[in-house]
Amino acid sequence: MMNKKAGIYIHIPFCKRKCPYCDFYSVAGCDIQKTDYVNALISHIKSYMDKYISADTVYFGGGTPTALSANQLCEILNAVREGFSLTEDCEITTEANPCTVDYDYLKTLRENGFNRISFGVQSAQDSELQLLGRLHSFDTACKAVHDAVKAGFDNISCDLMIGIPGQTVDSLCDSVDKLSQLGVSHISAYMLKIEEGTAFDCDSIRSSVADEDLSADMYLAAVDRLSKHGFEQYEISNFCKDDKRSRHNMKYWNLDDYIGFGPCAHSYFEGKRFYYDRSLEQYVSNQYSSQLVEDNSPDKLYEYVMLSLRLSDGISKETYISLGGNEKQFDKNANMLVKASLAEFTDIGIALTPRGFLLSNSIILKFLE
Amino acid sequence: MNQENIRNFCIIAHIDHGKSTLADRILELTSTVALRDMEQQLLDNMDIERERGITIKARAVRLKYTADNGENYVFNLIDTPGHVDFNYEVSRSLAACEGAILVVDASQGIEAQTLANTYLAIEHDLEVMPVVNKIDLPSADPERACNEIENIIGIPAMDAPRISAKVGTNIKEVLERVITDVPAPKGDENAPFKALIFDSYYDQYKGVIIFVRVKEGSIKVGDTIKLMATDAQFQTVEIGYMGATDLVPVGELKAGEVGYIAASIKYIGDTQVGDTVTTIENPCDEPLPGYKKVNPMVYSGIYPADGAKYQDLRDALEKLSLNDASLSFEPETSIALGFGFRCGFLGLLHMEIIQERLEREYNLDLITTAPSVIYKVNMTSGETIYIDNPTNYPDPALIASAEEPMVEAHILAPSDYVGNIMELCQQRRGFFKDMKYIEANRVDLHYDLPLNEIVYDFFDALKSRTKGYASFDYELKGYAKSKLVKLDILLNGEMVDALSFIVHADNAYSRGRRMVEKLKENIPRQMFEIPVQAAIGGKIIARETVKAFRKDVLAKCYGGDITRKKKLLEKQKEGKKRMRQLGSVEVPQEAFMSVLKLDE
Repeated sequence: MMNKKAGIYIHIPFCKRKCPYCDFYSVAGCDIQKTDYVNALISHIKSYMDKYISADTVYFGGGTPTALSANQLCEILNAVREGFSLTEDCEITTEANPCTVDYDYLKTLRENGFNRISFGVQSAQDSELQLLGRLHSFDTACKAVHDAVKAGFDNISCDLMIGIPGQTVDSLCDSVDKLSQLGVSHISAYMLKIEEGTAFDCDSIRSSVADEDLSADMYLAAVDRLSKHGFEQYEISNFCKDDKRSRHNMKYWNLDDYIGFGPCAHSYFEGKRFYYDRSLEQYVSNQYSSQLVEDNSPDKLYEYVMLSLRLSDGISKETYISLGGNEKQFDKNANMLVKASLAEFTDIGIALTPRGFLLSNSIILKFLE
Repeated sequence: MNQENIRNFCIIAHIDHGKSTLADRILELTSTVALRDMEQQLLDNMDIERERGITIKARAVRLKYTADNGENYVFNLIDTPGHVDFNYEVSRSLAACEGAILVVDASQGIEAQTLANTYLAIEHDLEVMPVVNKIDLPSADPERACNEIENIIGIPAMDAPRISAKVGTNIKEVLERVITDVPAPKGDENAPFKALIFDSYYDQYKGVIIFVRVKEGSIKVGDTIKLMATDAQFQTVEIGYMGATDLVPVGELKAGEVGYIAASIKYIGDTQVGDTVTTIENPCDEPLPGYKKVNPMVYSGIYPADGAKYQDLRDALEKLSLNDASLSFEPETSIALGFGFRCGFLGLLHMEIIQERLEREYNLDLITTAPSVIYKVNMTSGETIYIDNPTNYPDPALIASAEEPMVEAHILAPSDYVGNIMELCQQRRGFFKDMKYIEANRVDLHYDLPLNEIVYDFFDALKSRTKGYASFDYELKGYAKSKLVKLDILLNGEMVDALSFIVHADNAYSRGRRMVEKLKENIPRQMFEIPVQAAIGGKIIARETVKAFRKDVLAKCYGGDITRKKKLLEKQKEGKKRMRQLGSVEVPQEAFMSVLKLDE
């Protein structure tokens, strides 16, 4: 299960405008701040040079990575190449906001080695996009995807949001249809969760979001619709064609090493979990010296159960036992879940069904009792 | 002190009519307590007593009073519990007195407890001295209250002191009347020693301290006492009287006096309230009349919410029982709840108080099973068995007949509510006896009711149907034949023994129906659909379904922020800890509580 090669995560904490549902760390940011930040990142990344770490995925996330210029992103990527030894087949992804990129921008990225792009499309319904406070229309998103294809990207992902206030099963399925018609190979379908302290954290939104039953119905409808379009579900919220899984995200779920750069970027490296504070200023001024350790020796069984049950590959009984899990408990839970159609047996153990994914918190806790 | 100058009396009243406030005023006026030591309502010194405005344990205090005639008097004021659960204790406290101050609220008039306690006092040949309290209230009608006392109780009341214990009006008049109206004790100081135990408590240094009223003879430190009912003997180490804030040792207690005896007694069980104390040196022939061993009337299972706290619960029960001889408990095991105790109580209030004290003073989280009375089951084999735990109810095929305890109840209320009350009593299988008009618009409804119908929530139901105006009192009447069945509750097809209860066959369906509805409300949705069923002998009579929940997931993994997800899961896990795992179903503590209050 352990992949010796690390994944590199670069957090770009800038956004033109904060989306009302988002609680990832980002600021609007002016040009000077951006330059300072890029420089800080570059020197931080390069400091890993003498560790001789090999990496096979790089992921730019945000915020909005494309709030930086294409050249800035490429500059950072070059620093990654200096700080780490990237494999030939390295997956290099950036998240992108459809309205911050054009053909030239994407072309530059592609030419400099980016080979995967993930667009925050969220919905094919403009009314829903407006409610989400997105700056793009669905047309803009379509154009961005076409530009990416034209620029040479053949591994394109789109985000799709489930549970937007006012969204229906029909409008959601229509969004799935339209996204798949765009010819993308990967879709991440996330359920909206109202995070504390975001603009959505208010009574009027809370009262208009889908209730438990409707969001469950929508999720199941989306899974079903995606599968009809040939998208295979490989994780609770992730679907792909031609096995084009997000190799970077898989590292999180497979308990592989990953090293994050930037404020609020998380790492799992050398057996510990750590992150950097949620402050751009602090990161720029003292960079990696302010590493905050969250967990010095993470509970392997806990994390394995929690993460493996997210995947359609499922949990391995052997690994569960080897990490200290109880065989009887595994069998008892497995049988109960399969009987209730919340899971299916696999060669190695069990994997949750879509209905099981919906209950994954309770199921995880069952395996950890 | 000459017996002529001793007055032993108690105060009886309905709840909230001002018994404890009057006691405080008397203490204040006799300067028994320095003002700085006055805590409001001194005699009720348990937190629960103060909060609920009730007296749970009897207490006594000696007061010195210089009367208007210039003579010095010793008053022994004995505070009595006001609740029917403690009727026997009340009767023993009364037996220690020659007189009783009957406090009646000038705006409320006579209530059920007033009646019950007054009759009890009259039965014990006490001089009942009415006092009308709360005359400061705008709604006070002392004239009406006096009329009620004369008409209903039949004692003269027109010249009763009209007081306000709250603001301190006319308290002195009450004390003067105690001297003139309450007879002085008349016991032979030279006769063999004979004293009545009316209370006791456990002191960690001195052992059990018994509160006594000396009827005849005298006692000194060093005398060997004998407790006549238990035949236990102890050497007296300390005797004295009860000061307002502490015990005051004296050399001797004589006939007519009220005081305490400490004799290094280890078990409170040796010192039964109502028992007679005598001395080996000068023993009396006959014990005082009226002693009986009090037996629990209501039983319920008490379990720690967290199974690991079993030992803590045992320790707490042991400590409580040091001071409460009427609390009984023995270990029991429930398939659903694990290890716990079957506890016996004098009544519902007693049960609630014990639970509350366990939770409050010992910091325990408890699950309590539905209270059960003691059923008498006559088996086809000719044997008769008593059942206090529904789980042990025998197979119906082996039962020839079953009997349940009955009570005789009086409900006093404004006549507007007669319809509502009758309907409630009807529902609770009551037999109407008679109805008397106490006044033009107040009635006394007299019913025989099965005890099992009132142990759940009868008083709450009564209050909600009468806007809180009804008062209620009852006494046990014996057993009556009844058509009883055992009702079982099944969760996800599995019987939960802790939820079984015994019910009259005619009420089984509606009770079962309400049980499953309540449980449905209180059991959260889980991974699977949970059928909640009520059954009699395997036959399902009611069913509800707790739907499976659909969504319980944190889909997003926050860019590698595993720890955050872990924290959220941990929080969810904490919530689960408050649940009981019954088979495959998780049941919160509230679900067990909810079925005790079916009337809501």
